[in-house]
Amino acid sequence: MAEHIISLQGVTKEFDTKGGKVVALRDINLDIEKGDSYGIIGLSGAGKSTLVRTINLLEQPTEGKVLFDGNLLTGLKGKDLNLHRRKISMIFQQFNLLMQRDALGNILFPLEIAGVPKQEAIEKAKELLKVVDLEERAHSYPSQLSGGQKQRVAIARALASDPEVILCDEATSALDPKTTRSILGLLKKINEERGITLVVITHEMEVIKQLCGKVAVIENGEIVERGPVAEIFARPKTKAAKKLFFPDEENREKAEARTSTKNRLRLAFDESSAYKPIIANMILETGAPVNFFYADLDMLGGEQKGQMVIGLSEDKILAEKQKEYLRKEKVEFIELNEDAEEVAE
Amino acid sequence: MSLQELFSLLGHGTLDSLYMIIICTVVSYIIGLPIGVSLVVTAPGGIRPLGIYNKVVGFIVNILRSVPFLILMIALMPYIRVVIGTGIGKEAATAALIVAAAPFVARLVEQSLLEVDPGVIEAAQAMGASNMQIIRKVMLLEARPSLLNGAAVATINILGYTAMAGIVGAGGLGEIAIRFGLYRFQPSIMWVTIVLLVIMVQIFQEIGIKVVSKYDNRIN
Repeated sequence: MAEHIISLQGVTKEFDTKGGKVVALRDINLDIEKGDSYGIIGLSGAGKSTLVRTINLLEQPTEGKVLFDGNLLTGLKGKDLNLHRRKISMIFQQFNLLMQRDALGNILFPLEIAGVPKQEAIEKAKELLKVVDLEERAHSYPSQLSGGQKQRVAIARALASDPEVILCDEATSALDPKTTRSILGLLKKINEERGITLVVITHEMEVIKQLCGKVAVIENGEIVERGPVAEIFARPKTKAAKKLFFPDEENREKAEARTSTKNRLRLAFDESSAYKPIIANMILETGAPVNFFYADLDMLGGEQKGQMVIGLSEDKILAEKQKEYLRKEKVEFIELNEDAEEVAE
Repeated sequence: MSLQELFSLLGHGTLDSLYMIIICTVVSYIIGLPIGVSLVVTAPGGIRPLGIYNKVVGFIVNILRSVPFLILMIALMPYIRVVIGTGIGKEAATAALIVAAAPFVARLVEQSLLEVDPGVIEAAQAMGASNMQIIRKVMLLEARPSLLNGAAVATINILGYTAMAGIVGAGGLGEIAIRFGLYRFQPSIMWVTIVLLVIMVQIFQEIGIKVVSKYDNRIN
């Protein structure tokens, strides 16, 4: 049995507001295995920030249990809770560094809290600065560092307590695309080389694609879909997932609905098929043309993934031949005619 | 009055003023700093919310802050006489000053601590810091420039209070100004004390600005 480092069981969180009770999380059940890089994606307001904060009990769930490494966290207070929290680090969108301490001082902070002897702590902090490539900025204050550098300091700080888990709350959302890639690369390295479990909260598909192996889609405080990223990317079931994974889907579907072409298919390519000229071969073999509506190619966790929407021949027999060919080549496809009706509603 | 007498008078007055300002500022911070911290910590959404304590202490602070200092001092005189044996003079005035200044300091400290980024406090909580560690290592440290700024404001305010305390014979420059300016009508001496008071304020202000910029790592 795989070991669950984090387990949420029936977690519900309600907030009392002036307008009455607001349910932020509804009966969340989530198991995260040791060494996973687990993404939680949702639009803003979906409850993902609240969800990640229940893991280290920054938000106390109204109902349900939170287990960390087999220990029940819910109900713990003060010192007992703090000892567990030291094994669950967190990084933030706004970095949340101490402005009055330099980079080294910030990394020293968790070590001071844990009562690590000063000399040992300084050596460790210096080592961590090397890990995040900021050796020469040890005595720079956060106000003198760029956003990417600040997040690197925050990552070094997160590593200082030798955590089992790092929670990343929109860690790259305040950064430009280039810096985002380098921070995601650093996090991926930490996950792979140190075996530290990552829980990645984001609203950006790119982050999930580059960093995560598994993903849960959250909408209105509920997990509506979950599984390996490659699988959900290939066959998103819920509208929420489709919207997040293919943000331009809606426009595309509208365009498709206007064309009278029936027999539309969405194909999902993976590593084995992405490089082969499958469609070209299909046309040659069946002698029937196809229409192209949409195509996209992505790197997903280091693997080439593609999706394409094509219109098959209007002739039923030819269309059947084309589908037969695709099955033979083991290309996954979904017939899209039902989706078009959804859009027409 | 000979020049020598005048110098001696003003010299003593300045020393008495400094004595009251320093004692009063130090004691007001000893009392006001923990109160200010506790108000932030126990506020709704603070790191240890405690509604009743927060409301009661906040109310007392507000009341003491609402009464004009001169009236508060006169009202307190009989009680101070019971506690320290005399209702007039330097010691009695200092006691009254502390009652007025400590709540003021508490509010200044509260304002400074509220400026600390809640995200940084959340980060410390996520790291497993205790509330005491958060107060000492996060809140007070992050608010240091603002706290020092507040201390300069408090000192200057207390200097103003000590001058008013001259009314009840507190000694110091304030009393000299009132005695010569009001009762004996020797405005020249009063003007000298005013100049001395202004110089003292400027010195405190300059020290405040220097110390703040030295300790604020957000700027340089």
